Amino acid sequence: MLLTLSWLVPLVGALLLLLVGNADGRRDGMIRWLALGVSLIAFAVTLGVWAAFDPASAEFQFVERHSWIPQFGIDYFVGIDGISLLLVVLTGFLTPIALLSSWGSIERKVKEFSIFILALEAAMVGVFISLDLFLFYVFWDAMLIPMYFLIGIWGYDRRVYAAIKFMLYTMAGSVLMLVAILGMAYLHSAATGSYTFDLLKLYSLDIAPQTQMWFFLAFTLAFAIKVPLFPFHTWLPDAHVQAPTAGSVILAGVLLKMGTYGLLRFSFPLFPEAAAYFAPWLALLAVIGIIYGALVAMVQPDMKKLVAYSSVSHLGFVVLGICAMNTQGMQGAVYQMLAHGVSTGGLFLMVGMLSDRRHTRLIAEFGGLKTVMPQFTAAFLIMTLASIGLPGLNGFVGEFLIMLGAFRWAPAFAVAAGLGVILSAVYMLWMFQRVFYGPVTHEANETLTDLQPREWAGVLPLCAMALVMGVFPTIFLKPMEASVDALVLRMQATQTVQVEIPVDRRPDDERRLTTVTERVARR
Amino acid sequence: MLALIPLFPLLGFLVNALFGRRLSKTVSGGVASAVMVASFAVSAFTVWGLAGLPVEERAIDQTVYTWIASGDFVLDLALRLDPLSAVMILVITGIGSLIHIYSTAYMHDEVDSEFARYFSYLNLFAAFMLVLVLGANFLVMFVGWEGVGLCSYLLIGFWFKKPSAIDAGKKAFVVNRIGDYAFILGMLLLFARFGTLDFQQLAAVVAGIPPEVGVFGVLSIASLLLFVGATGKSAQIPLYVWLPDAMEGPTPVSALIHAATMVTAGVYMIGRNAVLFSHAPETLMIVAVVGALTALMAATIGLVQNDMKRVLAYSTVSQLGLMFLAMGVGAFGAGIFHLYTHAFFKALLFLGSGAVIHALHGEQDIRNMGGLKKDLPITYWTFLIGALAIAGVPLLSGFFSKDELLFEAFREGHTVLWLMGAVASLMTAAYMFRLVFLTFHGERRHDAPAPVHQLEDESAAQAHDDSHGAGARPHDAPPAMAFVLIVLALGSVLAGYVGVPHALGGHNQLAAWLAPSFAAPGGVAEGLHVLSEGEAALEFTLMGVSTAIALGGIAIAVLIWLRRPQIAASMAERYPVVHRWLLNKYYVDEAYDATVVQPIRVGSERALWRGFDVRVIDGAVNGVGAIVAGSANILRLLQTGMVRTYAGSMLIGVVFILGYYLWR
Repeated sequence: MLLTLSWLVPLVGALLLLLVGNADGRRDGMIRWLALGVSLIAFAVTLGVWAAFDPASAEFQFVERHSWIPQFGIDYFVGIDGISLLLVVLTGFLTPIALLSSWGSIERKVKEFSIFILALEAAMVGVFISLDLFLFYVFWDAMLIPMYFLIGIWGYDRRVYAAIKFMLYTMAGSVLMLVAILGMAYLHSAATGSYTFDLLKLYSLDIAPQTQMWFFLAFTLAFAIKVPLFPFHTWLPDAHVQAPTAGSVILAGVLLKMGTYGLLRFSFPLFPEAAAYFAPWLALLAVIGIIYGALVAMVQPDMKKLVAYSSVSHLGFVVLGICAMNTQGMQGAVYQMLAHGVSTGGLFLMVGMLSDRRHTRLIAEFGGLKTVMPQFTAAFLIMTLASIGLPGLNGFVGEFLIMLGAFRWAPAFAVAAGLGVILSAVYMLWMFQRVFYGPVTHEANETLTDLQPREWAGVLPLCAMALVMGVFPTIFLKPMEASVDALVLRMQATQTVQVEIPVDRRPDDERRLTTVTERVARR
Repeated sequence: MLALIPLFPLLGFLVNALFGRRLSKTVSGGVASAVMVASFAVSAFTVWGLAGLPVEERAIDQTVYTWIASGDFVLDLALRLDPLSAVMILVITGIGSLIHIYSTAYMHDEVDSEFARYFSYLNLFAAFMLVLVLGANFLVMFVGWEGVGLCSYLLIGFWFKKPSAIDAGKKAFVVNRIGDYAFILGMLLLFARFGTLDFQQLAAVVAGIPPEVGVFGVLSIASLLLFVGATGKSAQIPLYVWLPDAMEGPTPVSALIHAATMVTAGVYMIGRNAVLFSHAPETLMIVAVVGALTALMAATIGLVQNDMKRVLAYSTVSQLGLMFLAMGVGAFGAGIFHLYTHAFFKALLFLGSGAVIHALHGEQDIRNMGGLKKDLPITYWTFLIGALAIAGVPLLSGFFSKDELLFEAFREGHTVLWLMGAVASLMTAAYMFRLVFLTFHGERRHDAPAPVHQLEDESAAQAHDDSHGAGARPHDAPPAMAFVLIVLALGSVLAGYVGVPHALGGHNQLAAWLAPSFAAPGGVAEGLHVLSEGEAALEFTLMGVSTAIALGGIAIAVLIWLRRPQIAASMAERYPVVHRWLLNKYYVDEAYDATVVQPIRVGSERALWRGFDVRVIDGAVNGVGAIVAGSANILRLLQTGMVRTYAGSMLIGVVFILGYYLWR
């Protein structure tokens, strides 16, 4: 029940807000507090789930199952393992911050805005906890609607274009995924005589390699767009730039992780043979994305776009880690998802604060802000360094583990991905320098106010989290360990069936590129 | 206990970072200096304890907690004090304390919050530097390695309103990152191959592998990658370009970070992995050659630079090159010995130049100096001692260490490298005394306060306005600075006596102390090389050569820059090309900009972003959109909204379907 609460609380909160009459906007204040209160309760629920979670077990926990559409074997079936647990907590953590960020900037339709944010949270949590493919798909598409409106109503000048682009891109992927999901149920029926959308049952379905390929591609395309993986990324800069701050924070912090989560939860374990076949290609796209995203980020004149492209680069690392399919790669990938949620969420939050003050996000419009906003500058520096991957902050742990995992799998990918380490310093520090250092060049910047207490309330938890995740990463690595190991084992089991282990291989979880190519060659 | 050593400065950092803007200068400077002294005291105490242990047990370990654990990759935040790190922590906390004290006077004209910010960075630097040298495995070292890079970035750009300073800071960070990239790959390779990043365990494993003579195997590749990392941090070819620019930072920062400690991290790293590098002789050869080339190249540039701090910066690059030369020929002890003596005299020289700059209201160009000897006696005499030490004049610290490393290079049969080192030393003596003569001797070429404040550097301008009347005679270093200069001058004289060579009847205690750190754990430390009679004679001869070089270099300086200043000018005229190349540092910065920086920037903007992203991908997406919209426009015509049309078309449809089934 606790797990169901974690998505039901925000949904009920959203419905309650519907009942509040606020035609003249006089209850805006109350609505803001109510929404914040609901999101904090939801966060408390997710923390409760974490507290009760048994990290030693790789099984799905807090499992709940109710029959929904029995004719087709569709259930309300939820549960979490170590991977989804942390993502649910991340969602719970970021939503109050997103709501807080809107206090200064959203003046119009506060009630509707708060409702959409809470509904979005409910859908996001739902995505992470669904163990029934049909349920998953319902949440997955439900998530699009509030996001569409958030961008389309409260966004900046080109919001409608961005919202539609976001919608179309994502829908294009979703449709294919829907077909594949229905196909899965059909496959199960063909094999056993009954339909099911139960993920765990489908895990044990034996699918012919050739069929796997198609299914894998259908699922993966949907997720790749969401990640976004190069070259499906162009919706992201537009969506981010046009979205209101809260939308950007959630988009970067949680929504992008849906894609990589989908790879981890569905594409790879459902179709392990296809995954092994396509992993090098996916990794190639990921590595291109790392370098490409960084290079394009470097030349952006708009801060939000810069951070958006940096997400393409960072999410490339996540996909690379997943493709490595070993413990370090996968744990690093999950860790990087969390770290990116915190640091990029934080960057968008703070860029939003600048944008609220100056109504522009162009780097050239700023300069010398350190003189007028020293506290803001210090906090922004921490987020910048976290994003760069400085050891001791959150970004480093994930990146290093991913590179280690990738190196053990296929060193060339790690070598190429490592270039991202150099480039991230270039584009982030360059932006930092142009915005905060130097003399104050625009008169309008001379009177900017430093961080206000309410803004600190959003920034401080993020800075603290960046530090905690960098210094004590085991807090987050431990709960996911068993689940990731089980996943790695599952992936490797299918791969090692036909391949003899080379003599010089270290035991444990190492997987080399040769294994894959040998297999491919054998086919 | 070990953890306390970096914790003290970390505490100082927190105090100044969190409450600094509310603290007076006395408190923030006092706290920052006090934590350094406390750290020094703890260091001295623990090293004393270490020295009390029998030679083969000289290591103190402390595991603080498990930092990262993922599958078989389990990494502890572990510290280890052994003879090598003992030398390093004493240098860092000792010289670090002095420079903190010096800074309280040097930076005194900053406003309170800036003063506190300065000391918070400086303390944070010390903490990371101590983590770097105390780390028991590569990743903990890397934490310090990146951390000091960050502090270096922040301190170079401390005067953040000055565009050149922030550019220099960013350049330092990015160039270092290039090295760090290689460093990370080196770590990955080592872990993937040997399953550990712990220095001791790694040394133990590597010791069991035959050295890769004539082949370029895993050890060679890994050590080469690590060395590339070192060329970044320690400013060697090809990544040295950031260090001269780093002189934009406050001078005490140049002394501490860009002379005495951080830039020696690469040398330390090789010493820390002496076993690994000894098993990769091919890499070692590269290290030696790069070191020698850097030493020579930087020395030639140093000959013609006119900015006082830049001369010292190139001198640092050159001296670091000599250290790498020593490491590369396998004389690890000699390299660390030079690192240690260099910390004293180079810190002294920088702080001395800081006293000059302070007295001259920020003037750094030696062409505007001269004749300062009388006005700045303490600065002059201490600076002179530093110059004598770096020149390698006998009986001062630089003589012993430089002599030892050159001798080792010669003894190992690297005659050419030895010659390069010797020539670099000759030039060092020459340009150092050029600096001394042009700054302190001769005529005053400077009377009015320098026009530095054209730079939008309010804080510095303010600084000098309150304390000096315009046109006043420059006055010597204030007490806190003078004290530090004198202590470091004493150090520059005496520091070398821990390594008096056997040829002079000494015992080279430092080499004996360090030896266990360069040996594989459990293995017997290679007995110190006992010199044969012939070698002793050779050492004696080379010592004579070294002395001749030092004195010769000084003599050249006397001739050119003291007695006949016109020679310098006429030489510049006679060889304009050479002079221009040297003055412009061989145009390396320009070459990097043209071949790397600009192509990447322009290519990213034009080809990737505006070309590929916007045209190709979005073009394709919008193209699809246009097709959909176009076809929708045609289909729209069917949506007439007229019920009769719909009914009619339905009828036609029904007829067709029925007809099909009936016909069949």
